[in-house]
Order: sequence, then structure tokens, then C-alpha cells
Amino acid sequence: MSTTTANPAPAAAKAPRVETPFRRFVSEFCESKLALGGLIVFAFIALIAILAPLLAPQNPYDLAQLDIMDGRLPPGSEAGAGFTYWLGTDDQGRDMLSGIMYGLRISLMVGAGSAIIACAVGVTLGLVAAYGGGRTDTLIMRLVDLQLSFPSILAALMILAFLGKGIMNVVLALVIVEWAYYARTIRGTALVERRREYIEAAHCLALPTHRVIFRHLLPNCLPPLIVVATMQVARAIALEATLSYLGLGVPITEPSLGLLISNGYEYMLSGKYWISFYPGIALLVTIVSINLVGDQLRDVLNPRLKK
Amino acid sequence: MIIRMRAAVLAAVSALALCAAAPAGAQTLTMAVGAQVTSLDPHYHALSPNLAVATMLFDTLTQFDSEARMQPGLAESWKPVSDTVWEFKLRPGVRFHNGNPFTAEDVAFTIARVPAVPNSPSSYAIYTRAIERVEIVDPLTVRFHTRTPYPLLPNDLGQVAILDRETHEGASTEDFNSGKVAVGTGPFRYVSFRSGDRLELARNDAYWGDKPHWQQVHYRILPNDASRTAALLAGDVDFIDQVPTSDLASLRRNDKVRLVEKDGLRIIFLALDHLHPQGSPQITDHEGKPLPRNPLLDLRVRRALSIAIDRPAIAARVMEGTAMPSGQFLPNNAFGAIPDLPAPKTDAEAAKKLLAEAGYPQGFRITLSGPNDRYMNDARIVQAIGQMWTRIGVRTAVDAQPWTTFIARAGRQELSAFLVGWGTSSGEASSPLRSLVASYDRDKGFGTSNRGRYANPEVDAKLEAALRELDDAKREGLLRDATRIAMDDVGIIPIHIQKNLWAMRPTLVHDSRADELTRAQDVRPANSPANSTVR
Amino acid sequence: MGVYLLRRLFQSVLVMLAMSVIVFVGVFAIGDPVEILISPDADQMERERAIKALGLDLPLWMQYLSFLGNALRGDLGRSFVFNEPALKLILERMPATLELAFGAMFIALLIGLPLGLYAGLKPNSTGAKAVMAGSILGFSLPTFWVGLMLIMVFAVQLGWLPSTGRGTTVEILGMRWSFLSWDGLRHIAMPALNLALFKISLVIRLTRAGVRETMLMDYVKFARAKGLSPARVTYVHVFKNILIPVVTVVGLELGSTIAFSVVTESVFAWPGMGKLIIDSINVLDRPVIVAYLMIIVLMFITINLLVDLAYSALDPRVRLENK
Repeated sequence: MSTTTANPAPAAAKAPRVETPFRRFVSEFCESKLALGGLIVFAFIALIAILAPLLAPQNPYDLAQLDIMDGRLPPGSEAGAGFTYWLGTDDQGRDMLSGIMYGLRISLMVGAGSAIIACAVGVTLGLVAAYGGGRTDTLIMRLVDLQLSFPSILAALMILAFLGKGIMNVVLALVIVEWAYYARTIRGTALVERRREYIEAAHCLALPTHRVIFRHLLPNCLPPLIVVATMQVARAIALEATLSYLGLGVPITEPSLGLLISNGYEYMLSGKYWISFYPGIALLVTIVSINLVGDQLRDVLNPRLKK
Repeated sequence: MIIRMRAAVLAAVSALALCAAAPAGAQTLTMAVGAQVTSLDPHYHALSPNLAVATMLFDTLTQFDSEARMQPGLAESWKPVSDTVWEFKLRPGVRFHNGNPFTAEDVAFTIARVPAVPNSPSSYAIYTRAIERVEIVDPLTVRFHTRTPYPLLPNDLGQVAILDRETHEGASTEDFNSGKVAVGTGPFRYVSFRSGDRLELARNDAYWGDKPHWQQVHYRILPNDASRTAALLAGDVDFIDQVPTSDLASLRRNDKVRLVEKDGLRIIFLALDHLHPQGSPQITDHEGKPLPRNPLLDLRVRRALSIAIDRPAIAARVMEGTAMPSGQFLPNNAFGAIPDLPAPKTDAEAAKKLLAEAGYPQGFRITLSGPNDRYMNDARIVQAIGQMWTRIGVRTAVDAQPWTTFIARAGRQELSAFLVGWGTSSGEASSPLRSLVASYDRDKGFGTSNRGRYANPEVDAKLEAALRELDDAKREGLLRDATRIAMDDVGIIPIHIQKNLWAMRPTLVHDSRADELTRAQDVRPANSPANSTVR
Repeated sequence: MGVYLLRRLFQSVLVMLAMSVIVFVGVFAIGDPVEILISPDADQMERERAIKALGLDLPLWMQYLSFLGNALRGDLGRSFVFNEPALKLILERMPATLELAFGAMFIALLIGLPLGLYAGLKPNSTGAKAVMAGSILGFSLPTFWVGLMLIMVFAVQLGWLPSTGRGTTVEILGMRWSFLSWDGLRHIAMPALNLALFKISLVIRLTRAGVRETMLMDYVKFARAKGLSPARVTYVHVFKNILIPVVTVVGLELGSTIAFSVVTESVFAWPGMGKLIIDSINVLDRPVIVAYLMIIVLMFITINLLVDLAYSALDPRVRLENK
């Protein structure tokens, strides 16, 4: 990953236009070929996920299209329905390629969805705690204590009991588990930042509180937040896989990548690697690309790495 | 015989040398079992893993052999002396591990202790409740007086471990777990126990019956399926139970592993909602609107759902051949089972026709639920049935949940169709009939696990007659009648009977049990004769 | 300060109360322990007896009040499953989990620090990029999957390490420890590594970020300008400075490592608290669940308190007293 200290700005040379903060950001981001590659790969993955119903040879959610007699076929086998199982089938006769395409949708939705909601909730509460101090801080931080010690498995089980199975309920379970990480991270940073001069300056201008918090305090707390957020997306996807492994994840007929992996996991000892291996690769590529983008974002946005 | 470190060395020596070497070296068996042993108190928690351990440390008056047939245990013989009195002749010369002799006093003490164990989450009192009082005739003869004629008493007593009055007077469950009073008459003696981890046993050299081969037994608890298989492959354990079917393909090819399968006594079946005539909670038409009537109350619909299921395909593909498609609760040769009843024949076309006759030519929507952590491949079976039902027009949503939440919902009658299993450890038909298809009735103790609330007075009448009948032949006839009525009426939809699986080193053999119990005395080296005393 | 600590103590009690209420209501909603624990052969009468024996026949609030009453006397209830005091069950298994968690932390620092340092000092080298890409693996692969792969490779294929379990333990202070014997160390190696994977990535990332920021600091530039050897600059000036945040975060993570050792413990059959809690959740053994969570809450509260105290000691701009 390249440093941003020296900026020969080839982009600026090609386009001698006004340097807006956004352009500057884009050109700095593009300095790392790796990050750019990550972004392209991620865009590609997102596209596959969105277009899965058009691209997939089979609808893996439609039980009528599956046949257990086609179960556990190795990659390259011919399907009765006139297409080829390029990546083989799982134990239910589900085409792995279609399963992975649809699974990407679920995993991204679960991972990104829970990360975004958890981030929003956690950041708001963390900032409020740090800025408000006193009782508010106490209340929120003790809530964080409570939350951090609460096992995700029990939380998921309770939600399952209250609300039943479903993708949104998994997202909810993950949000409940994850928001506290964001709150704790942002509060730590904000406690330091809030004593800085620019916040006092903002106070002197008699700006409304929410403006101070979200326009002044938040942007300065961003770098550690991005580190946590990119890791948490990955972690949420992996956690969903673990919940699926424990039978608490998404419905079995609408498998996510994590559920595909944990289904196939049981066949690893039997040499039927494809049931778990290919979804694993898909998961890995997705998470690596997200993190390449996140790493670069953090470097670009971190004011302390700049001269 | 097999010690981890020595395996390679031992493999090199001949079978003869192995035998000769045996008395010198420690004969240690390391087993890994999948189910949690919760207590060493044999009267605390009625659960089959606990029973397996209890039958290593303790003995029962009657015993079940590997085919679930009753055999003499601490009692040599028994017979009814009147309608309500059973007389048991006890085995002479039996001693507890601490040297105390076994007498009729101990039997009376045991029967009194069973219902008095505090805090039991599942008491063994269900097996002794029929007994009104115990009469000690002489030190080796007891008579059990029952309130009503009770033909099943010898079966029930096969579950109750006999304790020593002198040792166990006032003993608590903790005293058993700590080893203080883990003293029985069984083939093994207690060495140590760490709950959730392992139990260590040593051979009882003074055992009255066939002495087990092993001087030392490490009985490890390893609930994770993949880890258990891996532990065997890595050579850390010699023997595992509950082999996951997903590992079968490779284990069958592996010549370092011997696989043993045994036809079991656990039926996997679907229960259907019979409780809600005004429409079942999880059944709708194709637009998602609730149906005014519960289609499952129509025999034609139930039959259609049953014959839509391709049982052989499930047995072959999902279970990898470790299941027998079934049309009743028990294997055909079991007591009270119908000898010539085949599994319902798969016929999707006939199923569609039946649905149309019943007024559902387009089918309907249903949710099929099941656990995902309880039975072999439970969630996979549910999905496979979902495929088959969807193909006859009954669009099926599949809901697989952990047993904890699943069974709570099933128990509240919130489900329309769900998969459950039933293990009949006694191997005779009154147990599933009474629990699964008899009408729910608190006073009679019927229908306890009849969560779909199927009710058929004819079944109840036959069953009640059977439960009073002391003549074995007549009783078996009545049980067969009851089974036939319930099956013709599709009270439940039987899928298959599981086979039990064990895997071990090829140098071992296992006298596998139909009732799923995994015990050290059933394992011996391949070169030692069965039931011999190896010293 | 005293007032502050007192207040925190009071708050902790409230948090623990809240936790116990949540668990009571949650377990009640999930299902009925008797339904799970009872023998299938049991009839309705036996069911009623068992419900009564476990005290589940009372209304929930009465069950809770009686729990509170007993808790005040230090009794957190008896396990439904084992019929032993819940606290005793947990404390018996705590050393195994603590040992595993500390082992994981040790591995994380041992591997993470040098790699992170390298990646931070030479950010543009291929090696550094490989380290960073590799660190992503650490938190993207599900623990259970990595655990089985470790067993497959090191126990089944290579036969170097035992597949599962805890092995020989040495008893000190009435508790069993593995790390004092060679056999015990061989047993703990794989589960500790499995649990450490996520932490290794975390340490690598924190160290790298710290190094990169510190290298730009004026004092480092000054030290270089003074003509100190690069090694001295790195290992004395930079290293000392990045160690503080890394150790802080790793300390914070200790809590979650203990709380999340569940999956690792179940894959490796490690007889610790994590395995106990998942078994207890599966059978809704409420007394054990409640007692376990109370202990974990207490642990988190203590760690967070220590961190807050450390913050205020390190950075005078953060004041603990309320404004």
C-alpha cells in the first residue's frame, strides 16, 4: 500500500481541473493499484449478487427444481435439466454455482446490512455518550458492558424464539451483538477529540449540539471507525457462518455462503471438497476485496498520515 | 490392548504374540461418544447416555441383549405368581465393587430410592411407579405387588440400576459424580469422572458375568461429529459411536477403520396437526390465505403426503444407506410389529389423484418443520421431503431449528407438520403406540409425545387391552391390531428406522446394540473369542 | 476517586441485575427445559413432577425473586442437568478457558507483533503486502472451519498433535493446568492457535497502523537526524510507543476471547466454560446460563473499568469525574 506523503498526482496532471476534496480523495484512493483492484473485484461480486436470478442456471431456493438424486455430484456433472453443474452440487442436489450466486446476495445483505445498522446505532450512541458525558455516558456504557458479555449464540436463539427464522432476524441478531463494538471504539476516540480546540471553537460559535457532534466530532473520529467497520463486515459474515453452523442462521432452503460452507464442512473428511471449498473461495474473495478497499480508505482518510 | 504410542509396534507383531503379550501390558480402550453423560447417579436423569454408563458400573434385574431381547441380569428368573404379583429370583453370590453382597434388601432399597432422588429433571420413577410394594420373601427372592395387572414390569426393571443399601443410604447425586459412592455390581469399577469431558473405568475382576476384555477404559465425551471422526482417524481414540453419515463414504474406503452398522429401534416420522379442524396454523392456499378447513384431517390428504415421499431415495441418498424405509414404528420382527408390512410405495401420480379427490387439485402451501441438531441428518431429510411434496403441488416451506426452540413450538401445537423421532429401547410396540398415537390423556398417561394430537378411539381401546394382558401371544396380537389401525389411518407418517453406526480400529470388534447404547464391555479385540474371559 | 469507584460498583450491580432479568425472560421464551431434559418415556404425571422439582411451576416473577433471594446468599442455583451448584460447575471449568484465552493472546502477540512491525516499516514491500493480505484470512474464515482443517492437517495427516481434549494436567492451587506438562502443551497448541487467528490479524493491523503513524512523528525524525541506528530507532523509540495501544486493545479483547471461545472449545472438545455454556444453552439449563453470564458481565465491567482508569492515567484530557 502506498503512502500518501508524496503526491506526484498523475491524475492531477492528466486533468488539470479544480481540485475538489472529492477528486482529491478519488485520486488518492486510486494510487494503490491493489485497492483499485479490490474495488473492481468487489463491484463485480456485487453485480453478480444483484443479478443472480438472471445469471444462475437454477433457482436454488425453489425446492421443486432440486432433486436429492442429484446430490453431491462432482463439478462438471450434467444436470437432468440440461445444464452442467460446473461447481458440482450439495447434498440436496443444489447447483453450487447458483447456490453461491444467491448465497452472495444473502451474505452481503447480512454482512453489510448488519454492519451499517450496527455502525449507525453504535456510532450515534458512542458519540452521544462521549459528548453528553455524565448519566448518559454511564447508561450507554453500562449497556455496552451488558451487550459485550452477551453471547451471540444466546442472542440469536432468543430472537429465533421470539421472531422465528429469517434473514432479517439474523441481521437483527448481528446488530444486537455488534453495535457495542462501534460504540466502544467511537467513544474512546471521541473522548479525546472532544477536548480539542476545534470543538471548543464550535461551541463558541454556539452551533447546535447535533451539528457539533455529527459535523465536527464525527469526521475526526472516522479513521479508527473505518478500521473497525471493514473488519466488522467480514466478522459479521463469518459470524453468520458460525450461527449457521450452530443451526441458528438463515433458513436452510435459502443458504448464505456461510451456510453453504457449514453444510459442506461435514463432507470435508469425505473428500467432497467442492461443497465447502467453492463457497469458501467466494467468501474469501469477497472479504479480501472489502478489506483492500477499507485499508486504503483508512490510509487516505487518516489525517495523521499526512504532512 | 491398544495404546496410542504402541499401535505401530503392535501392528507388526502377529496375532499370537499379541495374545501372549496381552496379560503383561495394560489393556486399555479409549472410546469417544457423542452424547453427553450428565450424571453417574443411575437414578437421577433418565437418558440413554446415562443408561449406557449405568450399565457399565451397575446392573439391572433384567437386561436387554444387543437385539433388545430381555435376558436375566441380577435376577435369574421371574414369573407372575398372580395377576398383580411378580416374583423375581435373584442371582446368588453377586458382590458390589466394595465387597458387599447383593441381596433382596438392596432391591427393596433401590425401588424406594428411585422416586426419592431430589431435583431430578427426568426421574426413573416412571419405571417403578407400577410397583405398590416390595415383599422380601427370602434374601434371594422378591415379590413386586402392582396395583393393576402390569405385564411390562420386567421390561421396566431393565432400566433400573440396583444399588447397595449399605453404601447408598442417603447418598446424593453429587456423591456419585465425585466417585464417593459410584459403587455397583457392574463389569467396570469407577476410577474418575470429569463431567463433560471423560469417565475412566477399570475392570471389575470379580464380575459375576462375562468379564470384559479391558483392564482400563477411557470413555471420552466428544459431541462434535467431525472432531470425533478426526480423533479416530488421528489414532487418539480406538472407537467412536454416532458416526456422521457424511463421513461414511471415506470411512468405508479406509482400511484403517472398521465400520459397524446395526439396525436400530429409532423411527423417524412426520407428525401432522390433527388438533385444529378450522384450519391449521401453517397451511394456506397458494395465495397465502388460510384454508377454512385443515386438509390434514382428510385421510386422502394424509395418504397422499405419505406416498409422495420417496423413502428409498432418502435412505440411499440422504442417509447413505444407513436407514430402513418403514411403514410402522418398529422393525418387522419386533414384538408387536406387523411382520409383513412394507413401507408405503412411492407414487407421486396417485398422490396427486388423492389430493384432487380430497378437493385440493392444485395442492396447498404448508410449512414442514424439524430439528437440525437432534437426529441423523434431520434437516436434510426435512428438505428432501420438502422437494417431494412440492412436486405433487403441496408447496413446502422448510423450517429447521435447534431442538430447544423446535420442541417448544411443537409442544404448543403451533406446527402443522414436523419431523421427530422415537427410540423404543425396550423393543416392543406398546411404547410408541402409547406415546405417539394414543389420544392425549393425562390420567392414563397416554399420548405424551403425541404433539400432533392424533386421536383414534379404536387404537386406544386395543392398546388399553394390550397393557392389561399378561399372555404374551395375546398381547402381541392386540399391539399388532393397534399398530395396523394407526398406520392405515396414517396417524403419523413413518419415514425410516435408523441404523446405528460405530467405527473403530480394524483390530477391534463390537457387539453392536439395537438400542444405541455404547458400552466398553461390548468391544473386544478381533482375535479374542466372543464372551470369553481374558485374564 | 473513591466516590467514582463506589458509583461504578453500584452501576455494575444494576447491570448484573439487568442481565439476570434478560436471561430469565429469554430462556422462558426460548422453551421449556423440562421438555428437553425429560425422558421420552415419561408420562404427564412425571412431567408435572419434574416441572415442580425444578421450581418451574411458579410464575416467572416468583422464580426470579427466589433466585434473587438465593443469590444474595451467594447461591446462584443448582444446574438442572447436573444437580450441582452452577457456580461450582463454572469455576471448575474456568482454568481451562483462561488458559486457552491467555495462550491465544500469547500466540497473537508472538506472531502478530513482528509481522505488524515488518509490515509497518516496509509498507511497500511485497512481503508486507502478503502479510496484510494474509491477515485478512484470519478474520474471514469461520473458526469452526479452520479448527477442523487444523485437526485434519496436524492430527490426522501429520500426526504431530493430538486431535482433541486437554491431555495431562498438573494440579496447582486446586486447579488443573495444561501448560505445565509437555502433553498438556501439545493439547493446547491447536485450540489456542485457532482461537488466536482473529487476534493475530488484529495485532498485525494495530501494530502496522501504529508504526506508520509513529514513524512520521517528530521525535522519530529527530532521533534519526541525531544519527541513531535504524535498529535502535525501531526497537526502542517506535516499539515502545506502539506497544501501549496494542496491549490495551489486546487486554480488552481478552474478555471477548473468553466469551467467544465457545466454538473453538466445542470443535476441540476443550473442557472449558465455553463448552459448558453452549451445552447449557442447548438444554436451557437456566441456572448455569445465568451464573455464567453474571460472571462474564462482571469480568467485562472490571476490564472496562481498568481501561477507563488507564485512559485517565495516560491522558489527562480524559477525566473520569462527571462534569
